[in-house]
Amino acid sequence: MEQGPAAAAGTAGAVGAAASASAPAAAAAAAAGSSLSGASAGYCPVPLPLSDSEQQCYSELFARCCCASATSSSSSSSSSSSSSSFVHPQPPSEVGRGAPIPGPAVTAGASQVGDLFRASQLPAETLHQITELCGAKRVGYFGPTQFYVALKLIAAAQSGLPVRIESIKCELPLPRFMALKNDSEIRYSNPADLHGLKCQIPYVTMEKNSFKRMDDGEKQQETMSPTMSPISSPPSSPSNYQRVPLTYGYGKLRSGMDQMHAAPYEARQVALQQEGPTAGSHGSKPPRLQASLIRSLSVEREPQESNNNYPDDPWRITEEQREYYINQFKSLQPDLSSFISGSLAKNFFTKSKLTIPELSYIWELSDVDCDGALTLPEFCAAFHLIVARKNGYPLPESLPQTLQPDYLQTAFLKPKRDCALFDSYSESSMTVNQQPRDLNRIETSMKEKAELTAPAQEANIDDKQALKISSVDEAMPKDLSVDPATPKDLNTLRARPRSRSYSNTSLEEAMKRVEEPPTPPPRPQKSHSRASSLDLNKVFQANAPAAKPGLLPPPPALPPRPFVSQTEQVSEIELHPQLTRTPSQTEESGSPVKKDLPHTQPPSKPIRRKFRPENQVMENQEPSVSGTSSVPTSKPHAPVQKQSSKQKKAIQTAIRKNKEANAVLARLNSELQQQLKEVHQERIALENQLEQLRPVTVL
Amino acid sequence: MAVCIAVIAKENYPLYIRSIPAEHELKFHYTVHTSLDVVDEKVSAMGKALVDQRELYLGLLYPTEDYKVYGYVTNSKVKFVMVVDSSNTALRDNEIRSMFRKLHNSYTDVMCNPFYNPGDRIHSRAFDNMVTSMMVQVC
Repeated sequence: MEQGPAAAAGTAGAVGAAASASAPAAAAAAAAGSSLSGASAGYCPVPLPLSDSEQQCYSELFARCCCASATSSSSSSSSSSSSSSFVHPQPPSEVGRGAPIPGPAVTAGASQVGDLFRASQLPAETLHQITELCGAKRVGYFGPTQFYVALKLIAAAQSGLPVRIESIKCELPLPRFMALKNDSEIRYSNPADLHGLKCQIPYVTMEKNSFKRMDDGEKQQETMSPTMSPISSPPSSPSNYQRVPLTYGYGKLRSGMDQMHAAPYEARQVALQQEGPTAGSHGSKPPRLQASLIRSLSVEREPQESNNNYPDDPWRITEEQREYYINQFKSLQPDLSSFISGSLAKNFFTKSKLTIPELSYIWELSDVDCDGALTLPEFCAAFHLIVARKNGYPLPESLPQTLQPDYLQTAFLKPKRDCALFDSYSESSMTVNQQPRDLNRIETSMKEKAELTAPAQEANIDDKQALKISSVDEAMPKDLSVDPATPKDLNTLRARPRSRSYSNTSLEEAMKRVEEPPTPPPRPQKSHSRASSLDLNKVFQANAPAAKPGLLPPPPALPPRPFVSQTEQVSEIELHPQLTRTPSQTEESGSPVKKDLPHTQPPSKPIRRKFRPENQVMENQEPSVSGTSSVPTSKPHAPVQKQSSKQKKAIQTAIRKNKEANAVLARLNSELQQQLKEVHQERIALENQLEQLRPVTVL
Repeated sequence: MAVCIAVIAKENYPLYIRSIPAEHELKFHYTVHTSLDVVDEKVSAMGKALVDQRELYLGLLYPTEDYKVYGYVTNSKVKFVMVVDSSNTALRDNEIRSMFRKLHNSYTDVMCNPFYNPGDRIHSRAFDNMVTSMMVQVC
C-alpha cells in the first residue's frame, strides 16, 4: 500500500465515510478524524480510514485500555481519558478539539486489551488472528494504530467479514463488546445504535436510556470530550469556572450542541466528579446533581415539565444557581419582594466585566416591564444571562421562556418565599438599617436621573419612585418583626402618605425656601441646618437599635410635620447643650421637654431639608419617641441588645455616606434655587415689559 | 410606511437614524437636518403657552415632491422626525400619531435601561425591531 495515495485516500476516506456514514459528525470530529487518519498513515503501513464515530469510539476504548498503565501520555489522550476514566479523576485538560490520536509512546495494557477483545465475543482463534494482523504481535505491544486496526478487524469479524486487512478498508459498524464490569466501560460498548441495533447487554438504566436517545457521532463526541466547550464558543477551563457557573457550564455544554441527552449527563457526571477536587465546597453538589440527573434520566425524553432539575437547558436556572442569585439579590436589596434600582443593578453588573452594550442588551432582555428596576425574577434572569454570556454562550434574541419573570416567579419563588420571609424576619434589624440606605440610594439615583432627563420625565420618575417606595414601605412593615401594634401603625401611617409627599417635594421645598426662617438657633458646629440634624442622628443612634430594631420605615414629611417640628426643636436644643448625653437620658428628658416647648421656631428648616436626612432624623426620632413608651418592653430583649452594636455601626456608616451625599446635593440645590429665583425675576420683568408694550399694539 | 426615521437629541445631533432604501440615505439625512429648523420654528411658535399645553405631535413639517416630513418633540426636547413616501396616500394623520407614540414608548424603554447614557447613540435591539416594523417593506 503506497503511503501517498493512501494518505490521500485516508483523508478522503474519512471525509467520505463521514458523509456516507449514517452518523452525522461534527466538524471537530471530522477534523480530528482526518488528522487521525493522516497521522495513522504515517505510523503504520496499513492506512486506516476511520469514520468519525469510529474514531471517537476507538480512541476512547484505547484510552480506557491505557488508563491502567497510567502513563503521562495517557493524559495526552486528554479528554477521552478524562472522560473515560471514572477511576482517574485527573484534572481535566483543556482540549480544544476532539480526542486527538495519542502519541506513539502510548501503549494499551495488554490485559485490558485482552479483556476487551474477549468481550467482543469472538472466538479466541479469531482474536489471535486479529492481533497478528494488526501488527501487535510484530511490534510486541498495542500501540494506538495497532489497537485501532484491531478494533476494525473485530468489527469486521463481527459483521461476518473475513479477518483480513482488506476487510477493514470498507465501511464497518463499530465493534461490539460485552458488558464489562465497570459502568464506565459499558458506556462505550455500544454505539451500535448507529445501525439501529439494540444494545444486547444489560446496562444501568442510565446507559440504556442514553443509548436509546443517542445520536451517534455527536453524542459520542460529547461523551468523549465533556470538558470541551461547544465549538462555537471559546473554550474555558472548567477549573476557572466559578462555583455556580461551573455546574451550569456543564449543563450548557450539551445544550450548546442542541440536544437533550443522557450521554452528556454522564459527561457531566464525569466532569462533575472531576471537579470534585477542584471545587472544594462544591463537593456536595455533584452527588446531588448526579442524583438529580439519574432521576431525570430515568424519565424518558420528555419536555421539561415533570422534572424540576432539568439541567440540559442552558436557560434554565438550577437550584444552587437560584440560591446564589437570591443571596446576591439579598446583598443588594434585603427585601426579596422589592426592587433593585437601576443604578444599583448597573454598578453590580458592571463588576461582571462584560461590555456595556452587552449589559445593556441583557438588561433589555430581562427588564420585562421596562421600569428601570429589577424584581427578584428579573434579577435572576439578568444574572443568569450574564453567567451564560461569561461562559461563552451567545445571548438569545429574546428572553427564553424559562427566564420569563412569571415563569420564574411561579417556579421558584413559591418554595423560597417562606424561607425568604423567614430570613427577612430574622434579619429584620439588618433590613432596617439597610432600608434607609437603599431608599436613600434609590432617591439619589432617582434624583440624578431626574436631573439628567427632562422635567416631564422627572415627574414620571418621581411617580415611579413614589410607587416603588410605597411598595417598599408596604413590604417593610410586613418584614418588621415582632413589635406591638403601635409602632407598626405608626409605620404604616407614615408609609402611605410618603408617596404623596414625594410628588410634592419640589413644591414644598420651593415654598419653604421662599419663606426664609428667622434667625436659626446657634449651632455649635457647622452653620448648615442639615449638619446639625445629622449630628442629632448620632445622638439618637444608640436609641434606635435598642428601642426598635425592626421599626425604621421611611417617614413622610407632610402629615407629621407639626410632630416633626416639635421633635426637631427638641433635638436641636438637646443637641447644643449636651452632645454627649446618653441616649436614654435624652429620650426621657426629651419627651417631657417636648411638651413644654412652645412652637417658637418655624418648622421650615427641618422640612426644607432633603428627604434623606429627614429620613434618618425621623427614623431616629420615632424610635426614640416610641422608644420612650416601649423602652421598658424592649429592654428585656437580649438579642436586640446584641444586634444594637452592629446596627450602630451600620447606621453610622450609612449616616456618613448620607452626609456626604447631602452636602453635595444641598450645595446643588442652593445653586439651583438661586437660579430659579433669578429666572423668576427675569420672567416678572419680561411680563411687565410685555404688559407695557401690549396696549400699543391693541390700539 | 416610513422611509426614514430619526431621533434627534436636544442639542440637535442624531441619536438614531435609519432609512431605507439605503441608497438615498444621504438625502434623507439632509432632509432630516433641514427639518430641524422647521421643528424649532414650530416649537417656538407654540412656546407662548405653557409647556404643559404644548402638543407633542407637530404634524406635517413640510411636504416635498417625493415625500412628507412629520415631526414630534418630547418634553425633554428630543425630536422624532419621520419621512414618509408621498405616494403612500393611505397614511392618515392618526396613523402617523400612533407611530410616533410607539416610537416614544420605545424610546422611554431605552431610557429606562440604566446602562444607557442619555446622549449616547441608541443601540437597543428592541428599538431597532420596533423601527423596522414601521419602515416600509422594500422588496
